Amino acid sequence: MEELSNDATPIVRPYARTRGRTRSDYDLPIEALVTTADGAVGDDARMNPEHRPIADLCRQVQSVAEVAVRLALPLGVARVLLGDMARIGLVIVHATAGDATGQPPVALLEKVLSGLRQL
Amino acid sequence: MTGPVWPRPGPTPPDPAMPPVPDPSRASRSSAKIVVAGGFGVGKTTFVGAVSEITPLRTEALMTEASTDVDDLGSTPDKETTTVAMDFGRVSLGDELILYLFGTPGQHRFWFMWDDLMRGAIGVVVLVDTRRLGDCFAAVDFVEDRGLNYIVAVNCFDGIARHGVQDVREALSIDPDVPVVLTDARQRESVKQTLIELVEHVLRQRRQPVGSPG
Repeated sequence: MEELSNDATPIVRPYARTRGRTRSDYDLPIEALVTTADGAVGDDARMNPEHRPIADLCRQVQSVAEVAVRLALPLGVARVLLGDMARIGLVIVHATAGDATGQPPVALLEKVLSGLRQL
Repeated sequence: MTGPVWPRPGPTPPDPAMPPVPDPSRASRSSAKIVVAGGFGVGKTTFVGAVSEITPLRTEALMTEASTDVDDLGSTPDKETTTVAMDFGRVSLGDELILYLFGTPGQHRFWFMWDDLMRGAIGVVVLVDTRRLGDCFAAVDFVEDRGLNYIVAVNCFDGIARHGVQDVREALSIDPDVPVVLTDARQRESVKQTLIELVEHVLRQRRQPVGSPG
């Protein structure tokens, strides 16, 4: 018998964890860095079961994309859950590169350039 | 009872070793991203892996994320979801800045996720295999259509450029302002240089007022 293929329907449909929502009202680019807020771990009153593994993982800074991969969540699901957690203060979202126009500021480009040269 | 089935096993097992974080404090951090585009098998993941401090990770985006006017999947329970794989790596540039490299398929049918991916990106490296030049057309179309900053990097699999840079530029009708460089996706130093070329190009574009000649 063949093993279950990766695209077999999961027992719990992915978006069941987000109660059917496919997007977050919190703006979260995939490279946005998130860290668990101080005191969030163990705060069972505010945390759903879905939040706990994320809170544990993000004690070390992670990007949205890394949270998705490490917890085997589709990107969209990770985004919605992280958005919820950010809204109630369980995780801190660090600034990302894009300014209002969506373009990284020149100062950041220069920082990236000098960082790459020093690699 | 949802506990035991969550998280479900994904196609890529999570990296067992948590990558080292340069500075565990809550100091201000920022991230930036560069997108690596090109056809299947052109070496995007190899390119990302050559400079990444972690083994490239694979994430999946569900195609239903493309829906612009359907916020509630509950109303369309049979809606088909197709997944698109995207490999990414990470490069710490000092203690406070992390650069992410996202390798993504450039086919037209994946364009729905490109706008989202490109938001806030520094720019795009379009990776080209001269043996299958046509595979990168869609990626070039996309970046030009959206007016994104990009460079073309010709991946020299065997270390020899089969075509000259000028040939590739002509074959792809690349604007003279857009750099076309040779790279070796397996070599860290070469990949690093390619990324430097991209950032330098973007900086030149940004410092040059729109519409000014030359």
